[in-house]
Amino acid sequence: MNETAIQIAYLLAAFLFIAALRALGRPDTARRGMQVAALGMLVAVAATLLHAGIVSYGWIGAGLAIGALAGYPLGMWVPMTAMPQRIAMSHALGALAATLVGIGTYRHGLGAGELGHGHMLALGFEVLLGALTVTGSLMAFGKLQGLLPGRPVTFPLQNMVTAALFIAAAACLVALVIAPLSVPLFVTMLVLSLAIGVAVVLPIGGADMPVVVSLLNSYAGLAAVATGFALDNNILIVVGALDGTSGFILSVAMSKAMNRPFRNVLFGAFGAQPEGGQAANTEGGEMSPINAEDAALRMAYAERVVVVPGYGLAVAQAQHQARELGDMIEKRGGDVRFAIHPVAGRMPGHMNVLLAEAGVPYDKLVDMEDINERFADTDVALVVGANDVVNPAANSDPQSPIYGMPILKVAEARSVIVLKRGQGAGFSGVENALFYEQKTSMLFGDAKQSLIDLGVQVKAA
Amino acid sequence: MSETILIQLFVFLLAGYVGLQTISRIPPLLHTPLMAATNAISGISLVASLVLAGSGDGLIAAILGAVAVACATANIVGGFLITDRMLAMFRRAPSKDEEEGGASAADV
Repeated sequence: MNETAIQIAYLLAAFLFIAALRALGRPDTARRGMQVAALGMLVAVAATLLHAGIVSYGWIGAGLAIGALAGYPLGMWVPMTAMPQRIAMSHALGALAATLVGIGTYRHGLGAGELGHGHMLALGFEVLLGALTVTGSLMAFGKLQGLLPGRPVTFPLQNMVTAALFIAAAACLVALVIAPLSVPLFVTMLVLSLAIGVAVVLPIGGADMPVVVSLLNSYAGLAAVATGFALDNNILIVVGALDGTSGFILSVAMSKAMNRPFRNVLFGAFGAQPEGGQAANTEGGEMSPINAEDAALRMAYAERVVVVPGYGLAVAQAQHQARELGDMIEKRGGDVRFAIHPVAGRMPGHMNVLLAEAGVPYDKLVDMEDINERFADTDVALVVGANDVVNPAANSDPQSPIYGMPILKVAEARSVIVLKRGQGAGFSGVENALFYEQKTSMLFGDAKQSLIDLGVQVKAA
Repeated sequence: MSETILIQLFVFLLAGYVGLQTISRIPPLLHTPLMAATNAISGISLVASLVLAGSGDGLIAAILGAVAVACATANIVGGFLITDRMLAMFRRAPSKDEEEGGASAADV
């Protein structure tokens, strides 16, 4: 009877989770949807506590208390700028739970002497995917948090080493399926998986993090699926599949937006980029500087202004100033939109959250595909801390390392103002011909200060 | 291949398909909340952790289980809180009419 009640509770939870993801498709229903999902979680957990296999509640109580105490600050105190590393940490926690459950289940199976081959396959996948997600996510966390160097760490034969680790771990898995009771094999596979996580994320630089974070999301989901298979638990399979597909969809979207073939992404071989010793066709051009006053005048009398924020804006914590400047222009009757490139940030959709936090209404945040149709009608495009995502070389120069990457077609606007710290090439070292175009004016200086100056000048104009 | 596994494969396939259909409709605007939300929901692995922690299968199992319970709970509590915090920030612009009236007066 209890078992049936638990299964019905899981069924209900699965339905509520899917409904919640559906509600997440629209900003006005999303919040309610997540409350529904939280209810589903409560139902599933409460029902599980009735499980016949649970004989003592002491350890459970301790775990729940510690988890809740740790979860509260993770939910309430983490700033929105730190969201990518927060999510990476979350992947690590979820994968760690799956791995530990896998190890516990394996131990139990050993003791009872009942480890079928199929069961072992599921358990093996669970531990392999779980463990590599744990270390991979911790590495990503370290890089995003600045605890580890953000630059790619590379050494000779790196891909060979990573591939060798993969092959060795897979061989252990196969051997385990054949001989499930071999503890040394299990431990070896666990250690190899932990090493794979490190090896895969090591060569990846900060700018590639959106793909990594999405991909780890997918792996964490697959680890949950394997847990579900190992424990005959359908709700884990369902949720793991949802999580896995979500991570997969985001990884594909991100790798497309960053111009990395997805095949490379899957095998983690996307860290090493050709170091570009390439000369952009910027010869014969000069950047034309502009001062804040003139730039502000141009924006104050513009009908349509599109702000293009890049990661530099978030680094400078200047999203509030960007919003204030937008408000000033709108007060004067201009129409202001924010053009969001899919990788403008360190994780999918990050820039939207930062601007929403600054108080920009979400109908002003426009995706790349939609905004690209509007640039031709735009009087002023204001580029703040973005470089590669507006670089026309991605469309025109097959020699460029970013050739083929979808970009915001800022060059189609009637005039362009670029806020930039100095004359040098950007973070990626790729020259940007946009900066040398006739219609482009450069406003040099600290992004935040420039935005403040522009706001003051627009108000006074 | 046992019948249970076959049914599980069906569940996996269908859930994956539903996920693909549902999630590909979520606009990039909400991709960060989506990821936070799937993190929160993936805390459902708590149900497996609970059974391990409470199995009475010796100290090691209890400790493994309790740590897993703590991790999953942290994901659930933190995940739902942060998703809600984010979604609360997404606001629509104030209605167009008022804004336009105010703006044209301020113009020129």
